[in-house]
Amino acid sequence: MEIAGFNIVTWLAATLVMGTPLVLAGLGEFLAEKTGVLNLGTEGMMLVGAVSGFIAFVETDSQIAGFAVSMLAGAAMASLFALLTQTFRANQVASGLALTIFGVGLSAFMGRPYEGEGIQGLAKLHIPLLSDIPVLGPILFQQDPMVYLSIAIGAAVIYFTYHTRAGLVMRAVGESPESAHAMGYRVIGIRYLAVLSGGALAGLGGAYMSLVEPHLWVEGLVAGRGWIAVALVVFASWRPGRVMAGAYLFGGITRLGFELQGLGVPIPSQALSSLPYIATIVVLVILSRDRTKLRLNRPASLTKPFFATG
Amino acid sequence: MRHGRLKRALLALTTGLTAAAFSTATLAASDGIDLKPKDHIKVGFVYVSPIGDAGWSYQHDQGRKAMEERLGDKVTTQFVENVPEGADAERVIRQLASGGADLIFTTSFGYMNPTIKVAKRFPNTVFEHATGYKRAKNVGTYMPRLYEGRYLAGMIAGEMTETNKLGFVAAFPIPEVVRAINAFTRGARSVNPDATVNVIWINAWYDPAKARQAAETLMDQGADVVTHHTDSHAVVQAAAERDKYAIAYHSDMSKYGGDSQLTAVVHQWGDFYTKRAREVLNGTWTSRDVWGGIASGMVDLAELSSDVPDDVRQEVMKAREAIVNGELQPFGGPVVAKDGSVKAKEGETLSDEALLKMDYYVEGVASKLPKK
Repeated sequence: MEIAGFNIVTWLAATLVMGTPLVLAGLGEFLAEKTGVLNLGTEGMMLVGAVSGFIAFVETDSQIAGFAVSMLAGAAMASLFALLTQTFRANQVASGLALTIFGVGLSAFMGRPYEGEGIQGLAKLHIPLLSDIPVLGPILFQQDPMVYLSIAIGAAVIYFTYHTRAGLVMRAVGESPESAHAMGYRVIGIRYLAVLSGGALAGLGGAYMSLVEPHLWVEGLVAGRGWIAVALVVFASWRPGRVMAGAYLFGGITRLGFELQGLGVPIPSQALSSLPYIATIVVLVILSRDRTKLRLNRPASLTKPFFATG
Repeated sequence: MRHGRLKRALLALTTGLTAAAFSTATLAASDGIDLKPKDHIKVGFVYVSPIGDAGWSYQHDQGRKAMEERLGDKVTTQFVENVPEGADAERVIRQLASGGADLIFTTSFGYMNPTIKVAKRFPNTVFEHATGYKRAKNVGTYMPRLYEGRYLAGMIAGEMTETNKLGFVAAFPIPEVVRAINAFTRGARSVNPDATVNVIWINAWYDPAKARQAAETLMDQGADVVTHHTDSHAVVQAAAERDKYAIAYHSDMSKYGGDSQLTAVVHQWGDFYTKRAREVLNGTWTSRDVWGGIASGMVDLAELSSDVPDDVRQEVMKAREAIVNGELQPFGGPVVAKDGSVKAKEGETLSDEALLKMDYYVEGVASKLPKK
């Protein structure tokens, strides 16, 4: 489908690809924040995940090993953060920033011997029958497996958060850790779990970049996407569905800017570069304009350390 | 440890004292630097990024190695990589100077002021700063005429394209990059008047994911040869995977592109570094501004892909020869901007000053230049 040289199908197909690292990292950040922990270390966890996954793939030649190692590495980074903020009750903002700075340096150091190694990307998976549907087929059903997996993870996170008892406990810990504690739940333990799962997802998001798109490792590969993921969670008013929508919107508009430039549309490239940020903020703010709901969605204990009493 | 520090402090003190004595002595003397011939010199290098496997700093380090190889035991070299532009740079440069370096290459634009500042304190040390415009009697500058290589690469692209659409992934709309796009376009159209160049600015030097998406977009829109003025090998890799052609920048990236990489426009610093080090050894160095192209060995093409047919190869080599001996100017008139205005008439050539300020696209660039 083409309008004046602009191919909507390739654009939308690329949108899913560009949104995927943000979806994964954003969902991870969502889990942590929903239990009341703000982890600004996403960028660092993504980088360490990206480089660890890349190294594992180069060494074992197995993509699955690469993704698994990236999740472990992300979780390991997150456990450092959880130790500082949950066990030692250090300031979450400062610890998160430190984690990012640490991750930037560590990933550069780890990746040095592997920098510039050329690897094969992940092949696209054509889902039988469905991928033959005109228009929708190429957009939705000719993606790489990680795109499908990230959507499945998103669905799982939504289901878990709003339709399971464990999800209810997770939300309770974020809203009122004291009540959760009084009911006999281990607040710190639950926060550890959420932060570690978040780290694993951030690591996977990083590995999506080093193993799938653009499948290479160079220092600083993530280039700020961790920060975008953190911002997405806030602008999506802590709703996982909106985090995903925001991530795809951001990816799609970034690519749209390139499409328009390539077609010679006379809009300054600087304006097109800032468009994803503006559009994502505007759309998510409009979606979350109900202030009462916004207040209800924001975890009440966010950034507050928990002291068990009684 | 403590001894090392003490030694360094003493060395700094003595160097400082000598420097002070020297500067008072030469205050009234000539405006050139007074160098004595030496048997052995220490040469320092400051790199802005990690050396890595390809790219700007990697090429400088290749130059350092080439110089070391050619001058043998007459030089000892030392380098510091990943030095941020700014206060850190000044500290690193000063450390190299007080460590006894006779010649220091500072290889990034942002080192300009730190270099000048440190050079004042060490009038006995020779400094060479890449891509800057501030000089002193012991500070020279050097810059590559990259556009000569871009022009030749454009010729290859113009010959190899079947769709007549070429793609250019660019970093920031500054004269250096605009010049590269224009030279590439003029090269392509010198052999194929139907060729046009589409440009996508990603507004980042370094974001491999964006660079790849931009390259994908250009190829989706019909470009069958893409090139880039950004760091990393993302564009070359993207083209190779779709069996399209790419022209790499900074370093030879055929490792990623195979025969899809038609060629690469590369910086080569070995000749220049060797020459400058030799001058310092002989005591004949003077501060100059060198803007060197293919003739001086600073810029060249990497080996051409085996997909490039022989007649194209010969044509490009002939043009290369003509650029070297000055018969061919990539920006020789007529130079017509996209809006139709004539920037250089037949028989004229754009001046260096005009090249340094270039802020328009030439005919054949399909995109529109973002305005400030």
